[in-house]
Amino acid sequence: MTALESANQIKARFGDLVSEPAEFRSEITLKIADAEKIFDICSFAKGIGFDYLVDITSIDNYGEDPRWTVLYHLRAIGNGTEFRIKIDVSEEKSEIPSVLPIWRTANWHEREIYDMMGIRFRGHPDLRRILMWEGYPHHPLRKDFPLAGKPTELPGVAFTRVTPMEGGPFVTLPSSGDSIEREPRVRVPEQAEPGISDKRLK
Amino acid sequence: MATVQDIEIHDSAARTAAAAEELQDVQGERMVLNMGPSHPATHGVLRIVLELDGEVITKADPDVGYLHRGDEKIAENMTYTQFIPYTDRLDYLAPLASNVAYALAVEKLLGIHEKLPPRCQYIRVMCCELARISAHLLGLGAFGMDAGAITIFLLTFTEREKIYNLAEAASGARLTTSYTRIGGLMRDIPPNWCAQVKQFCDEFEVALAEVETLLTRNRIWVDRLRDVGVVSKEMAIDYGLSGPNLRGSGVDWDLRKHQPYLCYQDMEFDIPIGSVGDSYDRYMVRQEEMRQSVRILRQCLQKIPGGWGNEAKEPVNIADGKITLPSKQKVLSSMEELIHQFMLVTEGVNCPPGEIYFGHENPKGELGFYINSKGGGTPYRLKIRSPSFVNLSILSEVLPGCMVSDVPVVLGSLDFVMGECDR
Repeated sequence: MTALESANQIKARFGDLVSEPAEFRSEITLKIADAEKIFDICSFAKGIGFDYLVDITSIDNYGEDPRWTVLYHLRAIGNGTEFRIKIDVSEEKSEIPSVLPIWRTANWHEREIYDMMGIRFRGHPDLRRILMWEGYPHHPLRKDFPLAGKPTELPGVAFTRVTPMEGGPFVTLPSSGDSIEREPRVRVPEQAEPGISDKRLK
Repeated sequence: MATVQDIEIHDSAARTAAAAEELQDVQGERMVLNMGPSHPATHGVLRIVLELDGEVITKADPDVGYLHRGDEKIAENMTYTQFIPYTDRLDYLAPLASNVAYALAVEKLLGIHEKLPPRCQYIRVMCCELARISAHLLGLGAFGMDAGAITIFLLTFTEREKIYNLAEAASGARLTTSYTRIGGLMRDIPPNWCAQVKQFCDEFEVALAEVETLLTRNRIWVDRLRDVGVVSKEMAIDYGLSGPNLRGSGVDWDLRKHQPYLCYQDMEFDIPIGSVGDSYDRYMVRQEEMRQSVRILRQCLQKIPGGWGNEAKEPVNIADGKITLPSKQKVLSSMEELIHQFMLVTEGVNCPPGEIYFGHENPKGELGFYINSKGGGTPYRLKIRSPSFVNLSILSEVLPGCMVSDVPVVLGSLDFVMGECDR
């Protein structure tokens, strides 16, 4: 069975909930209208042979509504076909059902998305941060989290509160200036507070 | 006359059940032991919080992220070509393979991944296989050392040194190779490179046989590995394991065979698979994979278009000024090439809007790149599906029931690299 046939099988089962399969570079993508149905659709997909969850990814469509897109990349180990499921999640909700009961590999993927983007997974038994440390206040893969030292037109919402390790080598300072000005590494010595390095200069 | 002695080995399920039964009435006070992040057996900065009952692990909670650098965020802020050096630092034991994986992903987005010049495909395959040998050798050396076989480390590192020399000859760098470019390679291989690869293959086969004699039937080695860290076929698929770990559990899945890319469909090689899914199977799968890699290397040496010295001047880059950099001579003498060079360097390769996922059979497993493009020279979102990250998530399932001294064996047999896990 090809990926397109499997995708059509899902379309036939769930009807209008599922979009027509889109094809790009011979990859099939199905868009699901209702994010709440992702669990049912994934269990159905597993039932027709898609036993391997390759990856879960999220995208931040900053400035658009709905803000989040979550992608599930499925594969059938038996015949090697794969396709992608795509759902949109609004920023107010930022919550979708977990697919952990279907594939246990989803555990760390979902934790990573929660850590990096701040989307919560309902039913996940252990939704903690995974790459950043516990207590870190931001979600770094969001588009409104600027990269230190890069000029950006986005408002500086990411650093309105004091960040941990502030003043450290990779953390910008909270202020209304743009991120170039807030970058600790570009401060000229006159403006810098007198520290050990300045005393050593004299 | 030789005497024949029967050794009684039940099937693995019965052995595991018998071991569990023995431990059943031993229930005592629980102790929490913190292992890592700085521990010689955790191969980098992995931390595992172990809950122990005597010497038996009752709960394991792996803690990753100590090497998180935000590669995905960085990728969103630079052109496709600028990200190539970051792929060196994903799996730093096999940078050449990560380079190829990333270049192929961007080429798939551009729609040129099947139109690469044949010589480029062959060189890339050779790079991937050398990287595979290099990564497996380090994995094996460190694994042996953790289990008490220090000689192995010295033997494998002698061979790895030769691969580093080959990488240096091809790309100019031993570790941070950045050898691929979008649509081709940084440069063609030097004229005597193929001869060096051939010499390496000859020497390596001897060294590998020596390692085999030291380990494969070594009583201590077998006793420490057999039935330790058993991952069943269903569990391996459920947890999304990939690479040698998935094949060690008996799943016949290799992207080089099942979704062939580059010139892998022209190559003859076998996919080794395990039967039990224990540490010993994973070790055996890696051993055989190295031998198959040598087989692929020899076929490449035989068939490489343009020959060893490339007297026929076969191209290694796609002849498209909008994708690969033109030669410097032309940039300085022709207006069109000057414009191409300027646009490629300042704006990056202009990719069409769309989204692709490309999975590459890296030494550690499936290294996948998901790229979401809105057009232009910068990805809107680049997600790295790193095999080590997914492979490690099984630890909390595999470790309970093992002894503390089995942890280095399980970790060594899963063979992960934290640079890739934490990205």
